[in-house]
Amino acid sequence: MTDYYNLPDENGHFGPYGGLFVSETLMQPLDELKKAYEYYKQDPEFLAELDHDLKHFVGRPSPLYHAARWSERLGGAQIYLKREDLNHTGAHKINNTVGQALLAKRMGKKRIIAETGAGQHGVATATVAARFGMECVVYMGAEDIKRQAINVYRMRLLGAEVRAVESGSKTLKDALNEAMRDWVTNVDNTFYIIGTVAGPHPYPAMVRDFQTIIGRETREQISPDVLIACVGGGSNAIGLFYPFLEDKHVSIYGVEAAGDGLETGHHAAPLCAGKPGVLHGNRTYLMSDQNGQIIETHSISAGLDYPGVGPEHAWLKDSGRVNYVAVTDKEALTAFHDLTRLEGIIPALESSHALAYCQKLAPTLDKDKIIVVNLSGRGDKDIHTVATLEGIEI
Amino acid sequence: MSRFTNCFNKKAALIPFITAGDPNPKLTVPLMHTLVEAGADVIELGIPFSDPMADGPVIQRASERALAAGTSLTKVLAMVKQFRIDNQTTPVVLMGYLNPIEIMGYEQFAKAAQDAQVDGVLTVDLPPEEATEFTNILKNYKIAPIFLLAPTTTTERIKKIASQAEGYLYYVSLKGVTGSANLDLNSVAEKLTEIKKYSNLPIGVGFGIKDAKTAAQVATISDAVIVGSALVQLIENTSEDKILEVVSAFIREFNE
Repeated sequence: MTDYYNLPDENGHFGPYGGLFVSETLMQPLDELKKAYEYYKQDPEFLAELDHDLKHFVGRPSPLYHAARWSERLGGAQIYLKREDLNHTGAHKINNTVGQALLAKRMGKKRIIAETGAGQHGVATATVAARFGMECVVYMGAEDIKRQAINVYRMRLLGAEVRAVESGSKTLKDALNEAMRDWVTNVDNTFYIIGTVAGPHPYPAMVRDFQTIIGRETREQISPDVLIACVGGGSNAIGLFYPFLEDKHVSIYGVEAAGDGLETGHHAAPLCAGKPGVLHGNRTYLMSDQNGQIIETHSISAGLDYPGVGPEHAWLKDSGRVNYVAVTDKEALTAFHDLTRLEGIIPALESSHALAYCQKLAPTLDKDKIIVVNLSGRGDKDIHTVATLEGIEI
Repeated sequence: MSRFTNCFNKKAALIPFITAGDPNPKLTVPLMHTLVEAGADVIELGIPFSDPMADGPVIQRASERALAAGTSLTKVLAMVKQFRIDNQTTPVVLMGYLNPIEIMGYEQFAKAAQDAQVDGVLTVDLPPEEATEFTNILKNYKIAPIFLLAPTTTTERIKKIASQAEGYLYYVSLKGVTGSANLDLNSVAEKLTEIKKYSNLPIGVGFGIKDAKTAAQVATISDAVIVGSALVQLIENTSEDKILEVVSAFIREFNE
């Protein structure tokens, strides 16, 4: 039997994936981070402080909501939404930033940096930086700054400096490059809060561990037959899936962004349509061309617009435990509207991908089956994008 | 006999870095010859990559120009092969990121690199912990694996790197990306003394060498001086018809 709970190995490998692919200067700081994390994740005082902040600052546990009207409409399984959108700052991202900020504090780092795509991780980082009195710099692709003006302003209100990244495709991957460059230059006083389960070891394991609160709560709230979550880097998905990996009767679906359609090449679905390679410190499925150059991705959702994916997802794909599928921009938009109208919940465009797959799957299942969809974030940040697509000026 | 054997005999060797295909692929081989004529002892040839995480803006823009001009790893190898028609003595080291090599396949890459008479390969994002398979393949094809050492490298890792490395060691003079601010000569000298305890390989110092004056200072404490961003910046600022002439003058100044 596969043991899902002994990964990664001590050098960060999930089978052939993960690892430590960074330039020499970062090897020592990553080792320092790994040692600090391994120590504090077992430290009762650290865990008590984390629990306290998750409860009183983030607002956990998040509810599990029965989407009765939507389930009725689809005519199949009962759909429950794990309401990560109700967390402070409006998404699951803060589960991880609280954890990493507490670690930064213990490591004596006074300066926090982060990369962000949709801006949710940037906001969650700026929020904890304000909460703990740390200097904060957030790198964001110039394209994403245009798409997510409200989140940019939120970060600035919180006291963070948002630096526009003009290189490459000007999106999340380039923001990550730039944050890495900042880190390599300022390693002595700076803690880099990576927002997803990618990057060099120990980030994929550490971010996963902070996000598994989602799945641990879900286990206490219900006994599901199916789990569905969207996958960009994959942190909300691994957070929901991980505590259920050994429950063989639970079917698990990770939903990538098919953009204009997988067949068009304009998408962000490395697990469904990419191949293994090395980027941003780890080996994983990537979107790269025949010469090994990273290709520009496309998704309506800035948070999914990334050419790589967390290495544990790569491994879960190969092992067959999780089914990775993709839905198009159009399908995600339909789900966005349906949930808004039927349940009074405006979902993030990222989460709308998980909802869109649920719309396909639910009608094929019996009415007594239970699907849990991770509603990873709320959609307020996306209303400009949706309005623009529909020709409406706000 | 390795082409590296004699090139570190002088007081300090000069190792210029250019990005292959920048500003266009046709200029790369003539530029390599110009570098040698002006005094280069080893040439580091950058393989352009879409996401050069360890590089500063100057080399990133060079990568973007080279890729826009259609440069690929296969073409870079062809450039070295063409350079070898007229030059059999100057070592050529390819420097880049792992993904293009991994997509080509380690074995296929090493074979093609040997065929093109590449002397060494430095993969920026492949530390020794992950490098065993690739390093062994390179050595099978008589290509030197070149490794970076940094101010943050611990004694334990210096030993580990020294045990895998061949050709020379590349010491990154400061915490930062290529083309960063000024290096601190004293702390560099101190680290080089430590590294020398564990390795007999020559040590080249790079990152932060902005001009001939800094190069001269670094030459007093190291076996080789690596100049990258300053040269690439000059190439960016010069019109194509003047590049060979301007680069030649620049390298001659370093060589004095």
